[in-house]
Amino acid sequence: MPSLSLNSKKFIEYQAVNDISGPLLLVEGVEDVKYAELVEIILPNGETRHGQVLQVEQDKALIQVFEGTTGIDTPKTKVRFLARGIELPLSVDMLGRVFDGLGRPIDGGPEIIAEERRDINGAPINPYSRDYPNEFIQTGISAIDGLNTLVRGQKLPIFSGSGLPHNKLAAQIARQAKVLGEQEEFAVVFGAMGITFEEAEFFINDFKKTGALERTVLFLNLADDPAIERIATPRVVLTTAEYLAFAKHYHVLVILTDMTNYCEALREISAARKEVPGRRGYPGYLYTDLATIYERAGRIKGKKGSITLIPILTMPEDDKTHPIPDLTGYITEGQIILSRGLHRKKIYPPIDVLPSLSRLKDKGIGEGKTREDHSDVFNQLFAAYARGKEAQELAVILGEAALSEMDKLYYKFADIFEERYVGQGEYEDRSIFQTLDLGWELLSMFPRSELKRIRDEYLDKYLPRFQKEES
Amino acid sequence: MEVGRIVKVAGPLVVAEGMSGAKMYDVALVSEKKLLGEIIELKGDLASIQVYEETAGVGPGEPVFPTGAPLSVELGPGLIRSIYDGVERPLDVIASIAGEFITRGIHVPALDRKKKWHFKPTKKKGDRIESGDVIGEVQETELVIHKIMVPPGIRGELLEIKEGEYTVEEPVAVVKTPEGERKEIIMMQKWPVRKPRPYREKVLPVELMVTGQRVIDTFFPVTKGGTACVPGPFGSGKTVIQHQLAKWSDADIVVYIGCGERGNEMTDVLIEFPELKDPRSGLPLMERTVLIANTSNMPVAAREASVYTGITIAEYFRDMGYSVALMADSTSRWAEAMREISGRLEEMPGEEGYPAYLAARVATFYERAGRVKCLGSPEREGALTVIGAVSPPGGDLSDPVVQATLRVVKVFWSLEDKLAYRRHFPAINWLTSYSLYRDISKEWLEKNVAPDFFDLTNEAMRILEKEAELEEIVRLVGVENLSQEDQLLLEIARSIREDFLHQNAFHEVDTYSSLKKQYLMLQTILFFYKKLKELVSRGQTVAELKKLPTWERIARMKYSTEDKIEEVVKSIREEIENAVSVS
Ligand SMILES: Nc1ncnc2c1ncn2[C@@H]1O[C@H](COP(=O)(O)OP(=O)(O)OP(=O)(O)O)[C@@H](O)[C@H]1O
Ligand SMILES: [Mg+2]
Repeated sequence: MPSLSLNSKKFIEYQAVNDISGPLLLVEGVEDVKYAELVEIILPNGETRHGQVLQVEQDKALIQVFEGTTGIDTPKTKVRFLARGIELPLSVDMLGRVFDGLGRPIDGGPEIIAEERRDINGAPINPYSRDYPNEFIQTGISAIDGLNTLVRGQKLPIFSGSGLPHNKLAAQIARQAKVLGEQEEFAVVFGAMGITFEEAEFFINDFKKTGALERTVLFLNLADDPAIERIATPRVVLTTAEYLAFAKHYHVLVILTDMTNYCEALREISAARKEVPGRRGYPGYLYTDLATIYERAGRIKGKKGSITLIPILTMPEDDKTHPIPDLTGYITEGQIILSRGLHRKKIYPPIDVLPSLSRLKDKGIGEGKTREDHSDVFNQLFAAYARGKEAQELAVILGEAALSEMDKLYYKFADIFEERYVGQGEYEDRSIFQTLDLGWELLSMFPRSELKRIRDEYLDKYLPRFQKEES
Repeated sequence: MEVGRIVKVAGPLVVAEGMSGAKMYDVALVSEKKLLGEIIELKGDLASIQVYEETAGVGPGEPVFPTGAPLSVELGPGLIRSIYDGVERPLDVIASIAGEFITRGIHVPALDRKKKWHFKPTKKKGDRIESGDVIGEVQETELVIHKIMVPPGIRGELLEIKEGEYTVEEPVAVVKTPEGERKEIIMMQKWPVRKPRPYREKVLPVELMVTGQRVIDTFFPVTKGGTACVPGPFGSGKTVIQHQLAKWSDADIVVYIGCGERGNEMTDVLIEFPELKDPRSGLPLMERTVLIANTSNMPVAAREASVYTGITIAEYFRDMGYSVALMADSTSRWAEAMREISGRLEEMPGEEGYPAYLAARVATFYERAGRVKCLGSPEREGALTVIGAVSPPGGDLSDPVVQATLRVVKVFWSLEDKLAYRRHFPAINWLTSYSLYRDISKEWLEKNVAPDFFDLTNEAMRILEKEAELEEIVRLVGVENLSQEDQLLLEIARSIREDFLHQNAFHEVDTYSSLKKQYLMLQTILFFYKKLKELVSRGQTVAELKKLPTWERIARMKYSTEDKIEEVVKSIREEIENAVSVS
């Protein structure tokens, strides 16, 4: 029989932990427990941990413990059900502060005085109420602005690999991102899941250096923090972002790193529940789970603020078909893929432009947004680079000499393009006009008849400026 | 009916006891919050219920209210231009009640109860009527005349029928049944979503569904009443193709199901469709469109229901004698929802964890497509075309959902990431895709466009096949070692790919090509080929011929508007003739 004791808060406390398996607790003899309810677990030494009800059947509740189950023993641990979900206290005072992965301050500052408390799971945005993202964000990075344009309210992940400079790139985006001709309230909400102390420090220092820290909220679950806590971290981050964007009118840039660690925590729970595993042991509902995170980005009709989301993930073995990048790509509005090959060639940022894609670019570019010729120029650059890469592949087999004259030209173009267009400095902030002109300059090495994807009127208007005098 | 009691909650699955009176697929309302659910398993007095709303905060001991009725949709005037969730709740009304975020336990009828529609009878007092008969019409939108049909199970003699303004619940007619009963007919019908609507007889599709997409219409056509699938990895263009078909295909009604995909994609449709004009009528495309949206962050069980909600609405318009096109993006999310529920039911998993009945469900779904002779009078034919996107993990076509789909559909548009990376859109692989409707299209194109159209498409396909063979050789020996004829073929193949098959959905002109334009473009390229072959046989080199300005003009044909294309093509032909006669 459970020993019932009514505590001061009138919550029933149970001392009936029946089974511990991995990060899960099974508590029996409970009454009136609700699905997804928040739970406090009091260890014999007085330590309090948090958990959430994953399943409840008759008088048995299955609980996932965010801080892990080490030290919990069956007879003496007490469990208290809090009759609510996980709620986060919210206020604009969170800007400039650092929290742990569950939203508790860890910077020595005061507790947040909540202006509002919200359940971290949020609620789905009604698709009818969404506003379509179409405002161009200039990141100052040509490979993004010119070819994989980011817009406000978009979710655009960075697919990276271990050892690649995804953190530098994310910090550069956070530093340089702006909407042309506007001065608006801008904030960064940063969520770290299982990254190292050094990586976290890199971001904090970069934000400090550029004075961005006071408009940044950081949530840190580092590599040595409890793994299961990571399940809550992205939700805590996005709840904060929703509050800042839709209640306080901020344009919020959210960076989540590293989603791979999040997914691994989810897999751990799933395995402990003995669920039928999907691909590579990840649960079958990984897609839906990730969607409830990523889909919280966006814009809402009649609201000034927006949430732009850049999740970072490292692809195990650089494999794009691994379930984590694969399912992410199925949800996000494109992807920026980093390439080890380019990184080895010392090209920064090593963005592999061919498989990278921003799905929303078409609505964010063109006359009145960037420039009329943008769409045609990027189509042409893509086509030319793709053909150049093909020629290079062919040359590996047959030797360069076997290429046609035109293919040789494309071959050369691909190299120059990688070096000058994709490659740029970590602190180089190119305007969209510089990026577009650079595109023309590189394309001008081709005869006009090769530029089939550009409209005549734009060829007439722009090309002569960049063509070298023909002798 | 007896009230049940919850014994278990696991995500979207709730198990309740004391449910012995309930039937499979009946709707049940869960907890005092009255969350909408459907009974999907019965064992003794235990019922397993899939709940279409978030179940957080629900627990054992709470009540379950069976409704005794299966999950049904409301059918009647007001469907067009609506956006519904997976269980036919109008999202615009929900937004006006609950704000920008969807909250739980909101019950709103699918059809506006207050709106008056102008009903015009097409039958008169004393007429004998039976199920399926059209008794009147409502001009629902500028594009759509909504036929009011006698609901299933009613027949007899019309006692009353009158023109006038009615809501969907007010009787527009009164019937005396053979048993002598008086029965009122209202404009709204209800129909259980999992049960196909009846028709008199299925017939083979004979008409092409013209989509305005060149690679589809000329190479891999779909028919009115046919089935097609679009599998492909992420970013390969499934959604753009589905949107293009929803925009430009010559169906009378379009039902678009966003099943477990992005919220912004639905917004895109909502914003764009009212501004796009139907190329035939010049009216906004939204005037013929019904949207169903269960985006990926909305409750997963409702995703499972959304495809059935959509197809039932589509069948209803088919029954009016319309040609309806249904797009489901993506059927994989529907299958995954099935898998998730099946897992929670602890059923024996089949391949990749999918339930063993996956293939059967997929087949039954696509089988609801077809061209049919409708019930009742006047005699009419309706067609329901179903086009499903499939999103296999890693783009791997051995995925069980792809395989189950390929076994039933007649058209396979195979999207390839390699093409998408090169921005060759639509990224439909011309070598591996197929359409089993090519025979039908032969006849249809010959009769409706030009007698030589079909032969041209065959010739173009042959050139592309030859290209693939030659490319193997090029990879070994280089282009320069091919004969001039073969080099020419490669150039023409490139022209067919880049100047004809490639079609930019976001270019104001290129987005849609009439069949006539498609024909003229293909004809011109192949005419050019014929003439160049002559020149090559007379000793000219391909390198010289590549200098002709005609190549560039051909590349630009796709940007010619429909009213100019004939002129443009004529002048290109003249240029070609000249080039040949000079040399
Ligand atoms: N016909 C086309 N014309 C021009 N661009 C296209 C075309 N088809 C696809 N694209 C480009 O490819 C991108 C991805 O296409 P789409 O969103 O349809 O992919 P998808 O296969 O539905 O991916 P997911 O499975 O992730 O939903 C588009 O945003 C667009 O940039
Ligand atoms: Mg899609």
